[in-house]
Amino acid sequence: MSIIKAENLSFSYESEGAEVKVFENLNIDIDEGEFVAVLGHNGSGKSTFAKHLNAILTPKSGRVTVCGIDTADESRLFELRKNVGMVFQNPDNQIVATVVEEDVAFGLENLGVPREEMRRRVDEALKVVRMYDYRTYAPHLLSGGQKQRVAIAGILAMEPRCIVLDEPTAMLDPIGRDEVMETVRRLNREKGITIVLITHYMDEAVKADRCIVMDRGKIVMDDRPASIFPKVEEMRALGLDVPQATELVWELKRRGLNIETGALRSAGAIESILKMTRDQL
Amino acid sequence: MLRDITLGQYYNTASPLHAMDPRTKILGVIFYMVILFTASTVWEYALAAIFTVFVIKVSRVPVRFITRGLKPIVIIMLFTLVLNLFMTSGGKELFHWWIFRVTDLGVETAVKMAVRLVMLIMGTSLLTLTTSPIALTGGIERLLSPFRKIGVPSHEIAMMMSIALRFIPILMEETDKIIKAQTSRGADFESGNLIQRVKAMVPILVPLFVGAFRRADELAVAMECRCYNGGEGRTSLRELRFRRVDGGALCACVILTAAMAALKILRMVGVL
Ligand SMILES: Nc1ncnc2c1ncn2[C@@H]1O[C@H](COP(=O)(O)OP(=O)(O)OP(=O)(O)O)[C@@H](O)[C@H]1O
Ligand SMILES: [Mg+2]
Repeated sequence: MSIIKAENLSFSYESEGAEVKVFENLNIDIDEGEFVAVLGHNGSGKSTFAKHLNAILTPKSGRVTVCGIDTADESRLFELRKNVGMVFQNPDNQIVATVVEEDVAFGLENLGVPREEMRRRVDEALKVVRMYDYRTYAPHLLSGGQKQRVAIAGILAMEPRCIVLDEPTAMLDPIGRDEVMETVRRLNREKGITIVLITHYMDEAVKADRCIVMDRGKIVMDDRPASIFPKVEEMRALGLDVPQATELVWELKRRGLNIETGALRSAGAIESILKMTRDQL
Repeated sequence: MLRDITLGQYYNTASPLHAMDPRTKILGVIFYMVILFTASTVWEYALAAIFTVFVIKVSRVPVRFITRGLKPIVIIMLFTLVLNLFMTSGGKELFHWWIFRVTDLGVETAVKMAVRLVMLIMGTSLLTLTTSPIALTGGIERLLSPFRKIGVPSHEIAMMMSIALRFIPILMEETDKIIKAQTSRGADFESGNLIQRVKAMVPILVPLFVGAFRRADELAVAMECRCYNGGEGRTSLRELRFRRVDGGALCACVILTAAMAALKILRMVGVL
């Protein structure tokens, strides 16, 4: 069942009279429960696509349907936004309240959810992201990864079917990145929430079920991570990295070793190298 | 360095005053101010002082936290003291030197004015010491909400206050970073005349403002994404509960204010 569907989506920004064309007849179909990573060079239109999913932007022509709601339908705007949560890059600029639990409640307050139910949903969301013990903290006392998890809790409390994350780990340290990625994966696995993750970190993209690679507003690759990353040269031509493990085995192969390419994680690379040495003995 | 400034001076402890509804405390402060500004005789001052001491005791906030609020206004206090001391005409002369003339009336006015200022600061800082910023904004929103009909944007005022509270620590940290960055490039903020110093501030303010506008923009989008649509039909996680103790405290404030007013009227018609 498809949850996100873009049909012939065209969009352009108007800045100072000039038109900046971003998409022309873009088609994307994402199934409910999928974990999709969106990759692409700077300016390829990833954020613009994300903003179409909850009607921050609407198509110039074509149609975007999310959870069965046409994003151009203003009468169902709040229903749409309740179902599609957004997490942005800078954790500081998306936390509204001065206390963690109040911030998690923000969306529910906007929706007019009764207090008892709000209390229950806020506590539950905080427990899911493992921030319950920090519920009375001021946000500025938290680490980046903790703040991002609070932002996720705020969305989770609205019980969305889909969460869109636009470079949620770009401003975090490695520990914070792991925390956020672990949370996102768990939400996908355990709650079946559809995840659209925009990222520049290929080690994160590897964890997705599917990678969509964009280049200048067009989809140039759309496949499982295991199918796209071994195409190291193509990826490089698009201005993208590949995971370090993939790069290592690919380089070994290029230098003339008889090694199996296609490893995505270090464990896979080690296995390929061991296999190669065994074969040569 | 800038981070040392603590924002909102909430002193977290368990006391009856902390547990009170923020609305009660805000109204209480308003009554308190009325009392202070109408007080004129020594008895009235004494009554107000007893009330102040009582409330401070009940709040369980250490006195040094309360007196800390007085520091910034020491200069103003000295100024009014001196002004009242020398500028009051009338009364019996106590002391005369050159153009300076001190009368008993002058001394009385000066002392009363100083006492009034001290009590005013201590009483109002007690409000922020015993009420968390979020409770305070909630209280203000609810108190102003009846005036919505005549166009007072109560929800917006409260939302603005709470966003300001949220972002002040962030912007302070940012200012700190910019100052350090500029200093490390040889900027000098300490020397030179006033104009030079103001000019030196420009490289701090420009990036600060640009950053603040960018943040505001992103925050607005994030709020929209979470279905923010103004105050209409909004519910609140925080419950404001007006309990019996709140009713009692408010009654006490009303009675006290009424008593002061009665004293004043009686004095005016010449009974006292
Ligand atoms: N508000 C705007 N006004 C005009 N043009 C814009 C605006 N926002 C983005 N663009 C342009 O649209 C194109 C796509 O931008 P977008 O932000 O979607 O890219 P992105 O893939 O998210 O890049 P990044 O990896 O840097 O976040 C870029 O060429 C950009 O310059
Ligand atoms: Mg982007």
